Amino acid sequence: MRMDTDQLIRTLAADNAYRVRPVGFVLALALLAAAPVSILTFFSELGVRPDVMVAMHDPFFDLKFAVTLALAAAGITAGLHLSRPDASLDGYGWLFLIPCGILAAGIAGEAMLPQRLPMMTRLVGSNSRVCMTAIPLMSLPLLAASLLGLRHGAPARPALTGAVAGLMSSGLAATLYASHCTDDSPLFVAIWYTLATALVTAIGALAGAKVLRF
Amino acid sequence: MREREDEWTGLMRSAMAGDGAAYHRLLKAVTPVLRGAARRGLARAGQSPHQAEDIVQDILLAVHLKRHTWDANAPFAPWLFAIARNKLIDALRRRGRRVFVNIDDFAELLPDEPKTERATSAEIEAQLKTLPARQREVLQSIAVESASIKDTAEKFAMSEGAVRVALHRALASLTARLRKQ
Repeated sequence: MRMDTDQLIRTLAADNAYRVRPVGFVLALALLAAAPVSILTFFSELGVRPDVMVAMHDPFFDLKFAVTLALAAAGITAGLHLSRPDASLDGYGWLFLIPCGILAAGIAGEAMLPQRLPMMTRLVGSNSRVCMTAIPLMSLPLLAASLLGLRHGAPARPALTGAVAGLMSSGLAATLYASHCTDDSPLFVAIWYTLATALVTAIGALAGAKVLRF
Repeated sequence: MREREDEWTGLMRSAMAGDGAAYHRLLKAVTPVLRGAARRGLARAGQSPHQAEDIVQDILLAVHLKRHTWDANAPFAPWLFAIARNKLIDALRRRGRRVFVNIDDFAELLPDEPKTERATSAEIEAQLKTLPARQREVLQSIAVESASIKDTAEKFAMSEGAVRVALHRALASLTARLRKQ
């Protein structure tokens, strides 16, 4: 069987009526399918911290969610944008400055308040190892899902898009983790959450370079 | 040039709205431009222009399968050239060369580009053999025997919907195989 270019064009035209779902829809579906895996892992291994009702009134506890959700939202927006072949990060990269800005404001705010604990104690915290393990582990199902969703697009820069998928999934996983962790200092978040996120982002970039080519 | 690109955008909008004839015209119109770019890319990489048709068909398949990533409010040409550039770089890299593809390769239309619409792609021909039987039969019927979806459905005692799905899957798996080779 041979197919010349004319025949191929006619065949593609015959397939014109076939409608494919938009990338955003497929990405949402994939993330919704993977979320239960991360959530179940969270509740079986970690769980919400026992004093959560009190903690909710602490602005530094709430700030963690502002940072992680801003990261996840920036990742989803930039990821969907990068799923177009003619897209670059221009005009979208600044989205990632939002979580950084919130975090910087938190650090500045904390510095201005009188503290019971010295800076290094707050920074080192007591959950750094759990944080560094739990965020990447809970990210993995979400990372796989986001790569699967973005694969449905046509990213011209697979590694960069994979890195953004890593930021998206670690933002979501860190949101779960933040409700478990009793270290609320923005300094702790700036160090350990960032390290965990960097790890997931690197995995995302490596995997993206492989699986996001179209 | 500008006019040509506006025409492409208009055709693609009609195609996305379900106009198969407009889509056919669009693909016919862009193919010589893609072929010219593929030949130039191959020439610059010191490769034979005979392989241009592999690249052209590869680009056409990608355009087709990824057209949902085109923003209907944006012009069509930059999107098309982004897909084409990606596929061209990929193809040249697979042939063992690291080549920088100039976006201008696509911008200039050479009107005397040879008409080789009957050209086939050896790569696609090789991959067609590996498709599942039903997909290959449907593709054969529509692509080679020029049968309509309706006639193909009757011939294989399938529903038209099933033929449409088989056709789309055949094109998608063909593309996946080309990528993996």
